[in-house]
Amino acid sequence: MADEGMVSWKSLALGCAMTEPGSSRRFNTGDWRSRRRPVTDREKCIKCGLCYILCPDMAFSPDAEAEGYYNWDSYYCKGCGICVKECPKDAISWQEEKEEDKYGPACGA
Amino acid sequence: MAQRVGLECSLAVSEAVKLANADVVAAYPITPQTHIVEHLSELVASGELDAEFVPVESEHSAMSACVGSSAAGARTFTSSSSQGLALMHEILFIASALRLPIVMVVANRALSGPISIWNDHSDIMSEKDIGWVQFFAENGQEVMDLTLTAFKIAEDHRVTLPVIVNMDGFILTHVIEPIEFPEQADVDAYLPKYVPAHKLDPAKPVSMGMVGVPEVYTEARKACLVALEESLPVVREHWNDYAAKFGRQYNLVETYKTEDAESLFVTMGSLSETCMTTVDEMRAAGQKVGLVHIRLWRPFPVDDFLAAIGEAKPICVMDRALSPGCHAGPVATELSSLLFANGKRHYMANFIAGLGGRDVTRGDFKMMMEKTLKAAEAGAPMPCEMVGVKE
Amino acid sequence: MSTIAADAIKNVEKITPKNMPLVEPFSKGHRACQGCGEVLALRQVMKAVGKQVIACSATGCMEIISSPYPQTAWEVPWIHVAFENVAAVASGVEAGRKALIRKGVIKDDDTKIMAFAGDGATADIGMQALSGAMERGHNFVYVCLDNEAYMNTGIQRSSSTPYGAMTTTSPPGKMSKGQATWKKNMAMIAAAHEIPYVATASPAFHLDLMNKARKAAAVPGPAYLHIYSPCPTGWRCGPDTAIEVSRLVVQTKVFPLFEVIDGRFVLTRDIKKPKPVEEYLKSQRRFAHLKEEDIQFIQKRVDEEWDRLLNLCKATNPDAE
Repeated sequence: MADEGMVSWKSLALGCAMTEPGSSRRFNTGDWRSRRRPVTDREKCIKCGLCYILCPDMAFSPDAEAEGYYNWDSYYCKGCGICVKECPKDAISWQEEKEEDKYGPACGA
Repeated sequence: MAQRVGLECSLAVSEAVKLANADVVAAYPITPQTHIVEHLSELVASGELDAEFVPVESEHSAMSACVGSSAAGARTFTSSSSQGLALMHEILFIASALRLPIVMVVANRALSGPISIWNDHSDIMSEKDIGWVQFFAENGQEVMDLTLTAFKIAEDHRVTLPVIVNMDGFILTHVIEPIEFPEQADVDAYLPKYVPAHKLDPAKPVSMGMVGVPEVYTEARKACLVALEESLPVVREHWNDYAAKFGRQYNLVETYKTEDAESLFVTMGSLSETCMTTVDEMRAAGQKVGLVHIRLWRPFPVDDFLAAIGEAKPICVMDRALSPGCHAGPVATELSSLLFANGKRHYMANFIAGLGGRDVTRGDFKMMMEKTLKAAEAGAPMPCEMVGVKE
Repeated sequence: MSTIAADAIKNVEKITPKNMPLVEPFSKGHRACQGCGEVLALRQVMKAVGKQVIACSATGCMEIISSPYPQTAWEVPWIHVAFENVAAVASGVEAGRKALIRKGVIKDDDTKIMAFAGDGATADIGMQALSGAMERGHNFVYVCLDNEAYMNTGIQRSSSTPYGAMTTTSPPGKMSKGQATWKKNMAMIAAAHEIPYVATASPAFHLDLMNKARKAAAVPGPAYLHIYSPCPTGWRCGPDTAIEVSRLVVQTKVFPLFEVIDGRFVLTRDIKKPKPVEEYLKSQRRFAHLKEEDIQFIQKRVDEEWDRLLNLCKATNPDAE
């Protein structure tokens, strides 16, 4: 039973608070995707930014190298498909994804 | 020069909170605590106390607001009683688990039902496990002093736990007593500005009140348990320090004529004073009785209590609350358990008295001791007895 | 009439696609379900208001998914206490900071106090605390993220569950048509407290939602935001349908978007060609059991409530043409 504790009680912050803001970033919810991932065709993309602002998991972020476009984060995308459905130009589509290829390069140009 | 005035004990509490320069008072009125919060409202309204008075819409919200305020880094005070304390119940556990140094004065009053506005200890006896430091005051001076020390102890970074000061409802809250108040400058030196051990601050974001998953819950509780246990020497240290600075000594366990006692009473709260008078009368009549009265209820001062009771002798424990379905009253249950754990051979008898504001007289105390001694001599266990029930 | 909210709103920088805030005060890695409309709404609110915030959460989906020890999704100071008391906790944070600022202990850095709660924590168990906090006039923003049931504990009904909806404690059957009562109107209850700012929002109209969040944060005193938050898990619709449903609910007038600014009702979006409520009801399987007569009943009531809202807009804006 003693081995079930994740850390020593002495190392806990006061009141079992978490002092590292945004520590949830250590948890890759990309694990939750099942066999497919959304892929953006930048030829069709009109840089409207809807995929960015409608993602519940913040999986899109501005592409610093290509202004107006967004990079996709394989580590956190849960595969809900809101972006696929809402893209006004149908620029985002499902692509088959193998379990072993889950993490790695972002999609896009 | 410290001021000595005749003042209602409730108002003395408010004055102590003013001396302590509290930042927030979030409270809901309930008899017999009302004068405490009313006077605090007056002090805030007149500008004598620079604080936010939050007139919350229930006690549950009072304690919730106190949690928010203390978490924001403010010195926070509240007061309640009976049903109000019961309504806060859920949040009391959380306040101590979040390690917030809130100070609360409880005007001890019987829990419904039947509904009773009068004094007994059932309200606080239902809050034994909340993880707060808990004191019992016996008179107005003590309530005032203990409230000041409560802030000091709660905010000490070796403690960082909320503290309750118990005072008997009506018996103390509505009675005028002579009380000596320290000078504001001296209290300011004793109790400087509150420096939180942790707080909600955008400059240093923390998340308080996380989900305690099974892999951490046990450790989180252990940390709080140890904090409460380790507060005991800090309480002693601060009460000694208070004595040095303000001239009044408080001890974790108080004793009255116990040195050569052949039998002992055990009490908590204002009835201790009636018992002291009883002890004097009984001694005058040739009986060597003594009194052990407990001031620090949580964490329970085991070593101090064992030292106070000395060698095996009959003990008459007076409880001011029932513990229905349990073999004895709440205090007696704890004491018998600790005696047994420490191999003590004291004979213990337990009486429940003073429920719902009923008086406990010197005659009652004498009767309790008489019965205790008789049963001790017979060597037979005595079931817990309710005193003065009309059959 | 007071203009305390209107005056504050004048100075608020409007969010447009061109100046979309990039800050993410709510972090990736949270445990919300795939396609959760509620966490999306929360994200949008936090982006609009920024990091100069102390956030308080009630027990519920957003609290659970954002704080399983040791993972916190909060990049701002955050506190969770219990289920029914977030408005009281926020009141305490506000009062504490107010006192400390006045006494010169901390600086007034314009930190916004925000309370987040679901419909259960707001309309049911937390009504009292919310009412008290609004009546006392604390300077904070209360955000009700409404997924129309006690979702976190397994889809039990709340007083915010819409008429006829299936939940585990309002299941349809021979003796029941699902939720038997009409959805409690929390925005109206908030408006009845005469607080300076009340607004409803939907994540499909994200700019509107984000601007309302900004306005709410800018207004001194209590502000109440009621945000429609689709729950694909509880409503039995696809994980990709949250925005579609959030759009439909507005287009069918089921969830009108409006503000109450200093007591004046302002319609955000007039729906000139409303879609029939049937289209909305058919989009989620929680309404699948409803009969034609139920749908007609709902349509009638939705229309009546819309008319009532329009009348309120007219009545509280006597100077408008």
